[in-house]
Amino acid sequence: MVELTGLPAVEAKNVTKTFGAGPDAVVALDNVSVTIQQNEFFTLLGPSGCGKTTLLRLIAGFELPTAGSILLEGQEVAHLPPFKRMVNTVFQSYALFPHLTVAENIGFGLKMLGRRRADRDAQIEKMLKLVKMEPMRNRKVHQLSGGQQQRVALARALAPHPKVLLLDEPLSALDLKLRKEMQIELKRLQHETGITFIFVTHDQEEALTMSDRIAVMSHGKILQIGTANEIYEHPVDRFVADFIGETNFIEAEVMQRIGNRGQIRLPSGIALARELDPIAPVGGKVTLAIRPERIDLVKPGADCQLAGKVENIVYFGTDTHFHIDLDTGGDVTVRVQNRRGFQEVLKQGDAVGLRIAPEAMQVLKD
Amino acid sequence: MTTTELAAPDPGPAAPGPTPSTTLSAAQAASASREDKARISRWLLSAPALVTITIFGILPLIIIVIYSFLKAAPYGGVVWSPSIEAYVSFLFQQDIFTEELVFSPDFLQIYLRSFIFAVGTTLLCLVLGFPTAYFMATRPPRQRNWWVLLITIPFWSNLLVRTLAIMFIIRDEGLLNNILIGLKIIDQPITILYTDFAIVLGLFYSFLPFMVLPLYASLEKLDFRLVEAGYDLYASRPKVLFRIIIPLSKPGIIAGCLLVFIPALGAYVTPLILGGGRHMMIGDLIAQQFGSGRNWPLGAAQALILMSAVLVALFFYVRATTGKVKHGQG
Ligand SMILES: Nc1ncnc2c1ncn2[C@@H]1O[C@H](COP(=O)(O)OP(=O)(O)OP(=O)(O)O)[C@@H](O)[C@H]1O
Ligand SMILES: [Mg+2]
Repeated sequence: MVELTGLPAVEAKNVTKTFGAGPDAVVALDNVSVTIQQNEFFTLLGPSGCGKTTLLRLIAGFELPTAGSILLEGQEVAHLPPFKRMVNTVFQSYALFPHLTVAENIGFGLKMLGRRRADRDAQIEKMLKLVKMEPMRNRKVHQLSGGQQQRVALARALAPHPKVLLLDEPLSALDLKLRKEMQIELKRLQHETGITFIFVTHDQEEALTMSDRIAVMSHGKILQIGTANEIYEHPVDRFVADFIGETNFIEAEVMQRIGNRGQIRLPSGIALARELDPIAPVGGKVTLAIRPERIDLVKPGADCQLAGKVENIVYFGTDTHFHIDLDTGGDVTVRVQNRRGFQEVLKQGDAVGLRIAPEAMQVLKD
Repeated sequence: MTTTELAAPDPGPAAPGPTPSTTLSAAQAASASREDKARISRWLLSAPALVTITIFGILPLIIIVIYSFLKAAPYGGVVWSPSIEAYVSFLFQQDIFTEELVFSPDFLQIYLRSFIFAVGTTLLCLVLGFPTAYFMATRPPRQRNWWVLLITIPFWSNLLVRTLAIMFIIRDEGLLNNILIGLKIIDQPITILYTDFAIVLGLFYSFLPFMVLPLYASLEKLDFRLVEAGYDLYASRPKVLFRIIIPLSKPGIIAGCLLVFIPALGAYVTPLILGGGRHMMIGDLIAQQFGSGRNWPLGAAQALILMSAVLVALFFYVRATTGKVKHGQG
């Protein structure tokens, strides 16, 4: 992970963005606040239409917020047009200039900034080398493959050495292999240049592997901001838990509470002590999120939290997914690594016990 | 025809079977006749186009070429005896007394004036047409068709009528002068009609749609994400215009300039009415030779000289402007 200096590079303060007016108005961003540190690899993750691109466009200056403010290095930037912000974008569509060569595309920003020719050429060479495109410097954009275009787009945005680089799903058009390569390349670039990256994706795996921190968005709101680990292990609500990885949801009843700790009871009658969200009242229901790989299958009757029957077994090579019908209603998925153990002998219809460590059960807000 | 060709190489019943070489030639003959058929049907399909081009394009041109090398008959028409008199009299005049040929730049001057007028009209159309087309192309899609319709409305009425309308607006007692005098901005009418300015104004008005429409077609296809990319990379508004929008709409600019320049150069009605016959352009000059001048060969020669000049100009213009675009638009 990159060392963070702790200075804010970008801040959004209570930003709301509405498109259109009256009954047709679309609220693309709804009171979003986020602080992105310098040098950070920050990812915006969320389903299509949740407002990721809109947030990037506000930071780049293509749109103005309907309410709230955007700050770059502590300065309010509402009055600054895009060409006066030291922020560059790698567009989802690449948006390379078709009438210019690869080298001219990369040098465009530097030229507009009025850099001297010698400086420009040196920087273009450096960028070509960085994205491994030296042999293609004189090609036109239409003579490049999708992956090459993507690398040129990246080089073009990096060449002026912006303070912040915005990347809008830059890898979505690439095949799996190239995508993995580019993921590593991007991390390397960010490390080498020390530029703040704000990366948009709707691929949760990409987000988890690349980011220093992730903001999970839905319907114009940021639901949770945290490291990959925090978001995966401690999702705040059902949406986040469901969106990031696979999750089982189990209802539990609140039996008693003291301060923010309390006792809850699983459907099987087993009681647990947990930290509780302040709003959950005694007698109310809470939802527990449990990752499929955090459940162990044991012999029925052994020490376990839940019990059920094997409904379906799906073999995945490195691991096997068991779909279990719970005796108390509902079903869960259990993921077990393929090595010697109890699960080897299980067949469809067998009764099993489910052992879940208390800390693997995450209490959700709603 | 096909069957006989196929039957010819057949070795007949006596032969034990077709040898490899005969089968091959039979197959070749079959494929050759198929190609023949394809070629014939291609010609048939293009026949209407060829007939049209021949009757309406090539034949008249041949007639003009022939006429230009003949002698003028005293009351119009031609005398069928070969001569290069028409071309000589384009540049030289016979001195009335000495019968010597003297260089006379009169016609050349009219050609030069016409070129200047046409270039001026083209530039004026470009400078005013570009923002117009840009405005149209940046409207919401449903509005755009209405703007295109508005631009084409002048075509619904005759060019002559529109030119006469301009005349009534700009003449000394016309609408424009009356308004300006009424508003006490001027107290003497400004003379616009029958000036060079009136001609260029009229040409500009007549040909503006020919500039706006191809520009619009080009700009409408422009990927405005590229404009945003320009802003993102520190290009101010003028820089985005000159380094991104204009280079990318080059095909439209070229098409528009050609569509305005060529007809403007040969314009006839506009200079005749708005120039009052005193300020001639090539079109009037040529028309005069076929009319009151009664010198058809000279008119034909003038027309051919104009055409050659346009072709040469086009050649250089297209060569200077396209090379890059072809690569860029891939
Ligand atoms: N210019 C616009 N006019 C009207 N509505 C818009 C405009 N731009 C975005 N929206 C709406 O705002 C919402 C958020 O759009 P946005 O492009 O930010 O989504 P996104 O998270 O980037 O989605 P995706 O993953 O599909 O790219 C969507 O409902 C979209 O329809
Ligand atoms: Mg988007």
